Amino acid sequence: MVQQRVERRARVVIRFAGDSGDGMQLTGDRFTAEAAAFGNDLATFPSFPAEIRAPAGTLAGVSSFQLHFADYDILTPGDRPDVLVVMNPAALKANLGDLPRGAVLIVNVDEFTPRNLAKAGYAGNPLEDSSLEPYTVHQVPMAALTAGALEPLGVGRKDADRSKNMFALGLLSWMYSRPTEETERWLRSKFARRPEVAEANVVAFRTGHAYGETTEAFAVTYEVAPAVLPDGTYRQITGNTALAYGIVAAGRRSGLPVFLGSYPITPASDILHELAGLKRFGVTTFQAEDEIAGVGAAIGASYGGALGVTTTSGPGISLKSEAIGLAVMTELPLLVVDVQRGGPSTGLPTKTEQADLLQALFGRNGEAPLPVVAPRSPSDAFDVAVEAARLALTYRTPVLLLSDGAIANGSEPWRLPEEDALPDLTVTFATAPNGSEADGTDGRFLPYLRDPETLARPWAVPGTPGLAHRIGGLEKADKTGDISYDPANHEFMVRVRQAKIDGIPVPDLEVQDPDADVLVLGWGSTYGPIGAAVRRLRAAGHLIAQAHLRHLNPFPANTEAVLRSYRRVVVPEMNLGQLAFLLQGRFCVPVDSITKVSGMPFGAAELAELLGPYVTKEEVPA
Amino acid sequence: MSAIDLGLPTIGGLDLIPAADGPQKAKDFTSDQEVRWCPGCGDYAVLAAVRSFLPTLALRRENTVFVSGIGCSSRFPYYLDTYGFHSIHGRAPAIATGLAVSRPDLSVFVVTGDGDALSIGGNHLIHALRRNVNLTILLFNNRIYGLTKGQYSPTSEVGKVTKSTPKGSVDAPFNPVSLALGADATFVGRAMDSDRKGLTTVLEAAARHRGASLVEIYQDCPIFNDGSFDVLRKPDKSESRVITVRHGEPITFGTEGRWAVVRRGFGLGVAPTAEVAPADVVVHDATDHELAFALSRLSDQGLDHAVFGVLRQVSRPTYDDLAREQVRTAVDAGGADLRALVHGTDTWTVHDGTVTAAVR
Ligand code: SF4
Repeated sequence: MVQQRVERRARVVIRFAGDSGDGMQLTGDRFTAEAAAFGNDLATFPSFPAEIRAPAGTLAGVSSFQLHFADYDILTPGDRPDVLVVMNPAALKANLGDLPRGAVLIVNVDEFTPRNLAKAGYAGNPLEDSSLEPYTVHQVPMAALTAGALEPLGVGRKDADRSKNMFALGLLSWMYSRPTEETERWLRSKFARRPEVAEANVVAFRTGHAYGETTEAFAVTYEVAPAVLPDGTYRQITGNTALAYGIVAAGRRSGLPVFLGSYPITPASDILHELAGLKRFGVTTFQAEDEIAGVGAAIGASYGGALGVTTTSGPGISLKSEAIGLAVMTELPLLVVDVQRGGPSTGLPTKTEQADLLQALFGRNGEAPLPVVAPRSPSDAFDVAVEAARLALTYRTPVLLLSDGAIANGSEPWRLPEEDALPDLTVTFATAPNGSEADGTDGRFLPYLRDPETLARPWAVPGTPGLAHRIGGLEKADKTGDISYDPANHEFMVRVRQAKIDGIPVPDLEVQDPDADVLVLGWGSTYGPIGAAVRRLRAAGHLIAQAHLRHLNPFPANTEAVLRSYRRVVVPEMNLGQLAFLLQGRFCVPVDSITKVSGMPFGAAELAELLGPYVTKEEVPA
Repeated sequence: MSAIDLGLPTIGGLDLIPAADGPQKAKDFTSDQEVRWCPGCGDYAVLAAVRSFLPTLALRRENTVFVSGIGCSSRFPYYLDTYGFHSIHGRAPAIATGLAVSRPDLSVFVVTGDGDALSIGGNHLIHALRRNVNLTILLFNNRIYGLTKGQYSPTSEVGKVTKSTPKGSVDAPFNPVSLALGADATFVGRAMDSDRKGLTTVLEAAARHRGASLVEIYQDCPIFNDGSFDVLRKPDKSESRVITVRHGEPITFGTEGRWAVVRRGFGLGVAPTAEVAPADVVVHDATDHELAFALSRLSDQGLDHAVFGVLRQVSRPTYDDLAREQVRTAVDAGGADLRALVHGTDTWTVHDGTVTAAVR
């Protein structure tokens, strides 16, 4: 055995890249689980093609998984990989551009055949010319070594090829001194029904590990110590899973059955999958015939006294908008989740964007206000789902929750909440007539008589004796809810629906390091990149304040005051400036926009550079 | 995927709904809202029939819900003193599905029209039928758009001249009964607005059916499509056209059963009873899907024949019963531990700067 040097690293970014069929997401997920179990802080960024299986070996079929893990709290999945593992020429070609000079490149050399090189559009073999000189390249015959190790088990070459991703995982696990027992146990339970497959994968994993240990090619291994995060119990979680758990928690805290009406759509489907497996919590999932039926059924369930939820992405919101308007008019609780992706139209189903903000606020006919909230990271999706349900139930209104592709599929450690610490969402249904003698409505039920504080109307569910009433999409008369075409009544009702939403108390906007004259303000998944960029700028001696909006409608009451206390306000967004537009329209304050619509999140370095010109004015020490 | 036998008991459409405390009258089901259809509209007759048949179900009034879409007939819920939801165009079956799945203790009716159910809401209708959600769907077919003032509808006959088809419609119409049977509806019936007895019989059977029931109601719109069903109403014309079917009875119609329905190829035809051997007269069997379909094909856009009554009624597990059963089984099995869910299988703890790795 060769004596290797062990180096400590504070943080590492690894990217696994291969063909869609190479199991890169699984490999990345598993390495993430190892890092999580080891106690590192981490953030991940999976990237996959919209096609389920694009032609093998082509650029279109490249799938990748990036993982950033560290011994301190990190905010993003990392800009550029320190280590890139490529399983074929197409993966090399698609990812090499992101690799900084001096980075480590691990290549499955077996796939670099003339045919595969041609498929990826290479004229020659990059492993044989000088193009990879800036990198530390390890050419590893992963397929051949895996096949060799599996031969004694009687596993054929073709089957062995499917385990080469576990070889790569074994090698990386060795390089980063990761514990291995857990992965072996995981493989055995994952393939419990096919022990021969489990065995083949375990052997491939061990072979990769042993390869690192015994070959002289790798002179150094690395250690990334556990991160010391705030006290608590942690697990790793993706945004879609956290959101699904938040919905379950909201059902528990409200005591209401949860009804999800949904139609499959990328990148929101995993919420449907997750909730479909949680029936034991009284969750009903209904896979509808289309997006409209998904929200329609959720409205029907809410009308019947359930917590109605619908989950989708932007194209689905477009289809649901009329029904969401109906929920505004009938003032029924409804949680609408939009996991945003690149648009317009079908757009970029597997890429991320924040361009549905204005649609969420205004994308309905008529004046149809509703609360809009957005999580800032994968784990935050849990809290925001609970908050969205709270708003829906308290104010009897549809609520739009804006997640996005980066949050949905990204993962990070989550400090686990205790159930008692979650808000109490108990709801009181109407049980008796609410008319009064004063206006001659004694003994009558007035479905639109509002709570003076919240302006919410009573929720009288069918089956309640004495409260039979009719609701619908036509304008309602104040209090009685009868159809009304009266001009004064319409004027009043439009304004009162608006006042109900505007009057929702929202926690104040908190500013981090407020003593600066430039403020960076964001919303949603840009939280990580903004935070990382701001750290860089502060480390370089600049003063910069940071704030992040969770409530996009209504805004926190102090928003205008915060905006006015800075010389410049900069808003980075993954759209063409939608929040900036809103802030300027609402508060008449000048806002500078930094926008990106490539389907990829901002990188920390990229954003720090974009923010540079705003902070390198007079306050910057030379 | 293997089929799971859920061992569900065979129950009626109303068995899970609380019964009324005492006798009810049509008046009890009448709301305080002024009815605003045009004079002579067929909807009045249907409303009167519904108000008088609801008490016969003997259910608690507050456990009855009418959900409608958009169109003249969709104003229906306002005129009944039950729970009601006047929703958006075409979506009533979807909203009613969510309600019916969540609330087995409600009798859920859907009121819709030919435009609402067959045009903008066609998708929801066929899926509610194939899923067999426990709903009773009243499809008012007046073969015209009334509320938008007289455009042709998906059931208007080819050649119909309307505001939007000045040279005559070139659209082939739907046969709603054929469509429902194609969607594998477990209950399909048809009735005429003015035929109180026939309408009541079909509606009551539909409400008592467990599963999705579709009742097509031929309804006159005197304003925009006056007299569209007159050939089925005027005795001299209807005599050779109106075919009323009853389960288990030979299908003959006309004065003294002058006409009979007989097999013709893979379908059915009509022949003078006198010329048919009694054994060759088709006997109605509401459980025979092919027969029901063949009967539906006797009705054409010219209304040379029109079949009324219950064309099909079969028992099939309902979506809502099955969905609730899955949830109930899971809830009963226990294990709904939010803390365990949130924690998952791999956690680590941080305490005073020390990381303790995964405890399983
Ligand atoms: S337009 Fe026709 S269907 Fe509508 S209310 Fe008037 S008569 Fe009835």
